[in-house]
Amino acid sequence: MKLIASAAAAVLLAALPLVAQEAPTTEATKLRAAVLRIDRQALPPVSRLDAVPENLGFAGATLATEDNATTGRFMGQEFVTDTVAASPENAVQALDGILGAGTKFVTVLADDATTLALADRARETAPDALIFNALAQGDNLRNADCRANVIHVTPSRAMLADALTQFLMWKKWGRWVLMSGSHPSDQALKAAYQASAKKFNAKIVVEKEFADTGGSRRSDTGHVLVQRQIPVDTQFGEDYDVLIAADENQVFAGYLPFQTWDARPVAGSAGLRARLWSPALESWGATQFQNRFEKSTRRPMRDEDYSTWLALRMLGEAATRTGSTDPMQLKQYILSPDFAVAGFKGEKMTIRDWDHQLRQPILLATDNIVVSVSPQEGYLHQVSQLDTLGTDRPETACKLDKG
Amino acid sequence: MRSFSLALLAVILATPALANRVFVSNERSNDITVFDSESWEVIGTFPAGNRPRGIAISPDGKELYVCASDDDLVRVYDPETMQETHTLPSGPDPELFVLHPSGNPLYIANEDDNLVTVVDTATRQVLAEIPVGVEPEGMGISPDGKFVINTSETTNMAHFIDTETYEIVGNVLVDSRPRFAQYNSAGTKLYVSAEIGGTVSVIDPATREIVKKIGFEIPGVLPEAIQPVGVRVTQDGKKVYVALGPANRVAVVDGETDEVIDYLLVGQRVWQLAFTPDEKYLFATNGNTNDVSVIDVQADKVVKSVPVGQQPWGVVVAPNGP
Repeated sequence: MKLIASAAAAVLLAALPLVAQEAPTTEATKLRAAVLRIDRQALPPVSRLDAVPENLGFAGATLATEDNATTGRFMGQEFVTDTVAASPENAVQALDGILGAGTKFVTVLADDATTLALADRARETAPDALIFNALAQGDNLRNADCRANVIHVTPSRAMLADALTQFLMWKKWGRWVLMSGSHPSDQALKAAYQASAKKFNAKIVVEKEFADTGGSRRSDTGHVLVQRQIPVDTQFGEDYDVLIAADENQVFAGYLPFQTWDARPVAGSAGLRARLWSPALESWGATQFQNRFEKSTRRPMRDEDYSTWLALRMLGEAATRTGSTDPMQLKQYILSPDFAVAGFKGEKMTIRDWDHQLRQPILLATDNIVVSVSPQEGYLHQVSQLDTLGTDRPETACKLDKG
Repeated sequence: MRSFSLALLAVILATPALANRVFVSNERSNDITVFDSESWEVIGTFPAGNRPRGIAISPDGKELYVCASDDDLVRVYDPETMQETHTLPSGPDPELFVLHPSGNPLYIANEDDNLVTVVDTATRQVLAEIPVGVEPEGMGISPDGKFVINTSETTNMAHFIDTETYEIVGNVLVDSRPRFAQYNSAGTKLYVSAEIGGTVSVIDPATREIVKKIGFEIPGVLPEAIQPVGVRVTQDGKKVYVALGPANRVAVVDGETDEVIDYLLVGQRVWQLAFTPDEKYLFATNGNTNDVSVIDVQADKVVKSVPVGQQPWGVVVAPNGP
């Protein structure tokens, strides 16, 4: 059991000394933020390549803080980021500690329910604080359970599902088998695919559930059993174009490619995946961004690192544009229609005013290549093409209490 | 096979040319396409290291400089023979650079290291490394050579660097992901394009204030696709051309009012621009259609597409021969 471990992220300065252009900073020009990561005990991943690094998410925060500091030198602004890891049981206590110290901006890496609980706690104890949701993809958090003090940096399940569906429909692969896991988050993802199929006119010909019966993930020559079992599990008796796996907990999806009864591609939680980031992305200047991250962290960037980087860059961008580090001024600016942030995905990203979701392109990637980027050509929208992904204004069930 | 074609190329290029040669760096095929500025006939193609992007030529036309981004150096070619003569240290991942109007030194943006590297083109030594904002990219220089401008893509600033002291003397905050900085020849205006912001900031270099932001609107083109990159200004300062990336257009801007006059349809993902010395033609590299659009500057019409290598990035035209 891991208890609260706290460390202040170092603000690194460039290797060469700076000259006259450096402006002095004071407490008044210092911006303090925090990253709170809630670690849940979990089985090791199906692939050892997916082992969770110690500094998951925090490394992205460190890079963002360095990026903000470099710009801050020219603005006379200083950036400090505290990183805190806590167990689910200690999540509220950890948040209280951060808010109690006066920090107003907290980037949270937690599941749907914990994120919601933390947002509600923050609303009680620090009504002027802002939570950046960097992990929870629940559509309920953008609809019935939306909160005015939360900005969703990470995309919703609906956005990810729509991004994949647009591509599959562009490919004319409209007949799906949908295989889902038995955990609540898998069911939520399944619902997102069902809604997306309806929205873009795909047909789900078979639905099947794959129960998580527990057990070890590691066994010697485990592939022998997998090779016998998966073909049997994927006899659907219907013709289909693509097998979609809704398996957020990575129980079975990883075993599907090349093991299906019919020769069909796999998408969703394995094969072609809709993702907010890929360490393979090289377009739009991403190469330099990946290089900077890998140089300091010595591993490829994970989704969690990208979303904490983006959350803290949103703060840095607001500080630069307003010329201020006053939390209330920054909050006001971030929630205003003027706000936009660049994040190496080819276009500016802005916040939907109806549910505080960050609009963003979604990558469609295999483990080592970016296959495409959605929204796909031809999916038009009267306001922003990015709003063809996820819950649009007319459909939202979110009522933000902006009081 | 390759040595044969190179030898042949050398012979062709050694013959006196009536027109100017145009050099196009092809980011993906790792080569330079050379074509004639009047006939638009491709003269030849020669290898140029790994991921050639920024490209420039010395004022006397004797040295061609290419940023070989993945080789972490600048390759120098004899434009007559197309042979590589030497390399220059550049710092890591050089993308764009600018030559001092005198031809020396060369100012290089190092995207990975948040530095501008200054290199003496004669002694081939690094003169200075100047820390700038995050992801330095665009490089411009004032006509009098007193200030070099660097734009940093994540910091979103144009940094004014004093070329005597190598110190940053001013920073102008512009829109998101500034890509390119270009002075007019009178030195009275500095144009800075912002790829993600979708604008070109017109800066008064004397006050270092933004006097106008040029926005772009094209019927039928999504606003997100309008991403200004390369900028060129006619010698008289009256017309400014802006490459709009995935909008597949080059905008023509009135250099006096800074209002958009026209949009010229070119190839896909138009990136950088270069005039012929007489400003009769403007060449535009189209990264996703592997061609260069030839624009008649007088008529503001696209008159030809020249097929080049894969993913053309930069373009430079040789000055009139001595």
